[in-house]
Amino acid sequence: MSKTLIRGAKVLGGEVQDVLVDGETIAEVGTGLSAEGATVVEADGQILLPGLVDLHTHLREPGREDSETVLTGTRAAASGGYTAVFAMANTFPVADTAGVVEQVWRLGREHGYCDVQPIGAVTVGLEGRKLAELGAMHESAAGVTVFSDDGKCVDDAVIMRRALEYVKAFGGVVAQHAQEPRLTEGAQMNEGVVSAELGLGGWPAVAEESIIARDVLLAEHVGSRVHICHLSTAGSVEIVRWAKSRGIDVTAEVTPHHLLLTDEMVRTYNPVYKVNPPLRTERDVMALREALADGTIDIVATDHAPHPHEDKDCEWAAAAMGMVGLETALSVVQHTMVDTGLLDWAAVADRMSFAPARIGSATGHGRPVSAGEPANLTLVDPAYRGTVDPAGFASRSRNTPYEGRELPGRVTHTFLRGRATLMDGKLA
Amino acid sequence: MKRHLISAADLTRDDAVLVLDTAEEMARLADRPIKKLPTLRGRTICNLFFEDSTRTRISFEAAEKRLSADVINFSAKGSSVSKGESLKDTAQTLAAMGVDAVVIRHSASGAPYRLANSGWIDAPVINAGDGTHQHPTQALLDAFTLRRRLIGHEAGIGQDLSGKRITIVGDVLHSRVARSNVDLLHTLGAEVTLVAPPTLVPVGVGNWPCEVSYDLDSALAKCDAVMMLRVQRERMNAAFFPTEREYSRRYGLDAQRMAKLPEHAVVMHPGPMVRGMEITAEVADSPRCTVVEQVANGVFTRMAVLYLLLGGNEPAVTQPSSPSSPSSSRTEEK
Ligand SMILES: [Zn+2]
Repeated sequence: MSKTLIRGAKVLGGEVQDVLVDGETIAEVGTGLSAEGATVVEADGQILLPGLVDLHTHLREPGREDSETVLTGTRAAASGGYTAVFAMANTFPVADTAGVVEQVWRLGREHGYCDVQPIGAVTVGLEGRKLAELGAMHESAAGVTVFSDDGKCVDDAVIMRRALEYVKAFGGVVAQHAQEPRLTEGAQMNEGVVSAELGLGGWPAVAEESIIARDVLLAEHVGSRVHICHLSTAGSVEIVRWAKSRGIDVTAEVTPHHLLLTDEMVRTYNPVYKVNPPLRTERDVMALREALADGTIDIVATDHAPHPHEDKDCEWAAAAMGMVGLETALSVVQHTMVDTGLLDWAAVADRMSFAPARIGSATGHGRPVSAGEPANLTLVDPAYRGTVDPAGFASRSRNTPYEGRELPGRVTHTFLRGRATLMDGKLA
Repeated sequence: MKRHLISAADLTRDDAVLVLDTAEEMARLADRPIKKLPTLRGRTICNLFFEDSTRTRISFEAAEKRLSADVINFSAKGSSVSKGESLKDTAQTLAAMGVDAVVIRHSASGAPYRLANSGWIDAPVINAGDGTHQHPTQALLDAFTLRRRLIGHEAGIGQDLSGKRITIVGDVLHSRVARSNVDLLHTLGAEVTLVAPPTLVPVGVGNWPCEVSYDLDSALAKCDAVMMLRVQRERMNAAFFPTEREYSRRYGLDAQRMAKLPEHAVVMHPGPMVRGMEITAEVADSPRCTVVEQVANGVFTRMAVLYLLLGGNEPAVTQPSSPSSPSSSRTEEK
């Protein structure tokens, strides 16, 4: 059994402590722990967090291996400090059967850079008409607990109701991509001042908000729980806040890019900023930050959406939607939430590890940093300053909006059940 | 002027007046027996049309040929956003051929901007209409037409459109002509009012330098020109308005409405006109309607733009009063 001593780390940003990892578990947390027989990692006051958990990742395998594979995607995840990712179902074929989710799950186990928990499609082929075999996916080796047609909205109210009811049988959750399809026909960016000027089809905030309002009411009516993907508007925040105050069992996520970027960037017509849901206004960004701080929004999820260069190196209308995010998420969160004083590191651990693991029922992840727990850990150097260089990304795709931008912080080490997947910033 | 002409908003007041003044010089050429200048001899201009528009393409082509440029017409039929028909590939092909300027028409808003700013090609880019974004040479030819009609050919030299009131009517939401005209007319000092049903006014229009009204009749009495926009019939099916009949009742221009305009006011239309719904035949054929002039003026204006972007400091037609660059020599004549 190999031992690792992480010496002098601020655990969850608090007290400086040593953490001794023995095999797959944390053996001891304390001060002045013996390094005997252990590999020593000098933390020098870096922040030690539980391994990050991403509830919303697109790994693209099977079907779009030119964008990303389970291997490259999990390497990107390890680089970003993640020890578990939930893989979205919009693959080719769609992950709507036990066979496909098991394939993805097995690839994750084989590659070993982080745990891969497949998300199952809510409806067959993401077509929104017929429920997929949710129970079979749950009972498969993959043990699916989160279901989503992400990329598309489950817009049929009856199908959404049935899905919410049905997954209660095994404690599942439906994660909704809230986008009223008729209100977003031809939409290419946030509808507002900038879209009016650029002549790009507008994507009104109400297209997101109306679906969220409907879904929280449906969840209340059938006594189920619902998770809302990537909130992007101030109005969405208000609806979720209201729903929670009413006792409705709803959780919500926000992406790092919606915490930082606005639709003003679209003035460049650079498709690197083309994303679904679209970048909104400064006012929305501020509301999302505030909501993440006060807990209205439960978690940060990356919506890591890799695309090959040629799908972005074209005119705006032709470009694919989405941006990669696993490797920059923590830096963006530090920049927008920690350095602004909105969240401390313990709260970051909650929003990026404890809570997403809880929502996705990822046992073994999002656990306290204490003796006896699985050694899923991430070490962050918050003092690091550097510009983002996508050439160094582990992801197969480079579609980042942050190229050349200075962002603080860097993940230096990631441990998956005691094994270093990232060591001194290099994949192990 | 900037190196490219992507948006009417790229032009300063002095740039725009310079283009209009240069277009007047080009117009004088039309009266000569040989309507051709050697200015762009040896230069190659590509008309890159990803979207059909015979009128605009012919107008540019005429302008290019009158300036003695070599012209390549490239038209990519069908949907430009379909895969495998890459703007980038085409741009790189043209760059390899040593094209000196690209005139681009594209159904996607922002495509000319990308072409000019992505490093795919180094030549100046002139936007000949992109999606629902901009059509700057249309705005320039409209301004040229307005200046001639409201101020005069000679009297207009060096002048902008300060104090003129222009009403733009119709499908503002989908109109690159409206966007370009609001920008340019404002830059030239005019007061612009947009009139449309609320469904055809973009969300966010509040930031535009113009007034917005839903009522055509009240806007007519106090304007110097009314500019009708093309309304596509398929908008009706998308529920932007109930019926053609209701649209023409509320927003169409007929003789009765035209009578509300001041005596001197003109009626403009970017063409092609849909007679009946947006404008009656009687109005379209009236001497106050400038549609035919707009077409002729389009060639002069585009010659001016091409000359200024490509011709450098050479005199266009007549010797400028000062030998320095055109932008400084012209603006002082006001
Ligand atoms: Zn989504």
